Amino acid sequence: MDNRPLLEINDLHASIGGKEILKGLSLSIRKGEIHAIMGPNGSGKSTLANVLMGSPSYQVTGGSVLFRGEPLTELTPDVRARQGLFLAFQYPVAIPGVTMVNFLRQALNAKRGDDLPIREFREKLFAKMDLLKVDQDFARRYVNDGFSGGEKKRAEMLQMAMLEPSMAVLDETDSGLDIDALRTVAEGVNALMNPEMGLLLITHYQRLLNYIKPQFVHVLIDGRIVRSGGPELAEELEETGYDEMEAALAASASA
Amino acid sequence: MTAEAGLIREDAYKYGFFDPEEALFKANKGLTPELVSLISDMKDEPQWMREFRLRALDYFRAREDPAWGSPQLKDIDFDNIHYFVRATDRDEQSWDDVPEYIRRTFDKLGIPEAEKKYLAGVGAQYDSEVVYHNIREDLEKLGVIFLGMDQGLREHEDIVKEYFGTVVPPNDNRYASLNSAVWSGGSFIYVPKGVKVDIPLQAYFRINTQNMGQFERTLIIADEGSQVHYVEGCTAPIYSSDSLHSAVVEIIVKKGARVRYTTIQNWSNNVYNLVTKRAAAYQDAVMEWVDGNLGSKLTMKYPSVYLMEPGAHGEILSLAFAGAGQHQDAGGKIVHAASNTTSTIISKSLSKDGGRTSYRGLLKVYEGCENVKSNVRCDALLLDETSRSDTYPTMEIDAPDVHIQHEAYVSKLGEDQLFYLMSRGLSEEAAAKMIVNGFVEPIVKELPMEYAVELNRLIELQMEGAIG
Repeated sequence: MDNRPLLEINDLHASIGGKEILKGLSLSIRKGEIHAIMGPNGSGKSTLANVLMGSPSYQVTGGSVLFRGEPLTELTPDVRARQGLFLAFQYPVAIPGVTMVNFLRQALNAKRGDDLPIREFREKLFAKMDLLKVDQDFARRYVNDGFSGGEKKRAEMLQMAMLEPSMAVLDETDSGLDIDALRTVAEGVNALMNPEMGLLLITHYQRLLNYIKPQFVHVLIDGRIVRSGGPELAEELEETGYDEMEAALAASASA
Repeated sequence: MTAEAGLIREDAYKYGFFDPEEALFKANKGLTPELVSLISDMKDEPQWMREFRLRALDYFRAREDPAWGSPQLKDIDFDNIHYFVRATDRDEQSWDDVPEYIRRTFDKLGIPEAEKKYLAGVGAQYDSEVVYHNIREDLEKLGVIFLGMDQGLREHEDIVKEYFGTVVPPNDNRYASLNSAVWSGGSFIYVPKGVKVDIPLQAYFRINTQNMGQFERTLIIADEGSQVHYVEGCTAPIYSSDSLHSAVVEIIVKKGARVRYTTIQNWSNNVYNLVTKRAAAYQDAVMEWVDGNLGSKLTMKYPSVYLMEPGAHGEILSLAFAGAGQHQDAGGKIVHAASNTTSTIISKSLSKDGGRTSYRGLLKVYEGCENVKSNVRCDALLLDETSRSDTYPTMEIDAPDVHIQHEAYVSKLGEDQLFYLMSRGLSEEAAAKMIVNGFVEPIVKELPMEYAVELNRLIELQMEGAIG
């Protein structure tokens, strides 16, 4: 059992509004591994993130996803979360009137299945806020309401820190961040990563990978992983660009 | 039959129990001048009040329901209502003296407990009359008067005569006329100059009798520089036939005074709740209505503030939640009748299971008023596809130097918000509750803590929707 991957995606097909986006995607992630999926706009990156978390907007039309050896795709998002899956959203939505502290407490208690005493919760929250260099008055603000791009991403990291998932998917966490904010968020992710956890970075650009180092890099084009390799693949991609890689692949396929 | 209160149905509405009817006197159904005179006789009222009542009855008979009102108004059978039900002939100052079965009802509602913990005074009305009221001794010594309206009339006739019916005239609208004819109970409050009542006074209204009409009448006078917060709550048993609640509330906020009036209306879903609430605010005075409507079959209620002199400020915070079979037609009216006056209306409404909410508002600025500012914001949240929300804002602006902001939003419980919260481990139900609690937060945060907790609990019960 322990040898099995944490997350096993096999020939996954998924669509939105009848349009197929994922066309047979396969990927395995083990404990302690950091994977990066890179791809151009429209390749299916965000679809993958949303399908893994169980967004009702998408339909899984084929293939399977196993999380810790158990089928995932029939489960509602809350059950997936309680089992240890986490998605850091590209565009986190605002929940006006709900404070971060209230939200985090309810989410943590839902995940634990019991109520963490308020005192212990506060200690944990403040420790995580320190770790992520988040100001304490953050806790009193309404969830994502009026947050800047950087604040939203940091709020996502704070949620991840509190919920301590065994598998985290970061959807374009670098988008909309300036270089300082990117560095802060990346430091947070590195601090949260541990040998018991799997991490999947979804990104368009290579720059995030300067700060969070993946062992495995995959290139997603048109709903399929077309190449997999080590960190050097990201650098190659940075030099050649998606168009050239796509063209080369097409050429080798027809050869 | 014992005095034990019976439970007819245990569900989300936990106040649906009823006591056996043990009234000392129950007037026959129907509305006649004889009945009106009888009420006046039984209360041993001065002649002017009897005449006021009879005049109001004529007004009521001459008037129609408002054309814009809910079609459900037609279903009210005025001949099938008990207009006056006297449970006890005494208004006690100790719970020990209140008849046991009535006291037990208020115990269940948690009133004596709340009085001990966080209230400056309590009034309790059971059917037509106030059965208990009491005020903290130190406030009484400062000259604060907090009585049932009937007792107020007996003991302070001069004050009552000066103000009664001046803010809401007996011919104001059909239901104000009806109330003026058959009113009974309610609160009479006078806060002397400069006296600040630091914690709330509360009145609790309970209908017990089937086919009952409750017509309480409240008059609050805050003298110059004084301050008071009055809170009212209300519940009724669940009967198969309907009851009518038609109150009139008049408030006079004198120079530099401040009054806040908070309502948490939780009538059972067989009560028509047709209430006229109005305040007149004088120089530099502040009047605030915090109006929460969760219960009733049909509510039509638009708390109003007339800003009579410069510097006056009016504020209306309205919260409405309509579940299955309910129509909450709520909102507010602000009338700027002087320069340098400001106002705010914030309305939040929720509709669920086919329930309907309407925001109905009036903003009026009289000619010649300068430097007037008003801010109106209405948010409606629909919790499903079958529910409904409408907005009927009216503006009558007859002055040029006016700054008005008006925003209205209707939104549906968002799939993206639900998904976001569920992705953090919250069940769909918990996620929906969290979104709703956040939506009403701007109103709830204005309530004293105990009421905020109660309101959140009531909203959660509504969300669970055990009704039907």
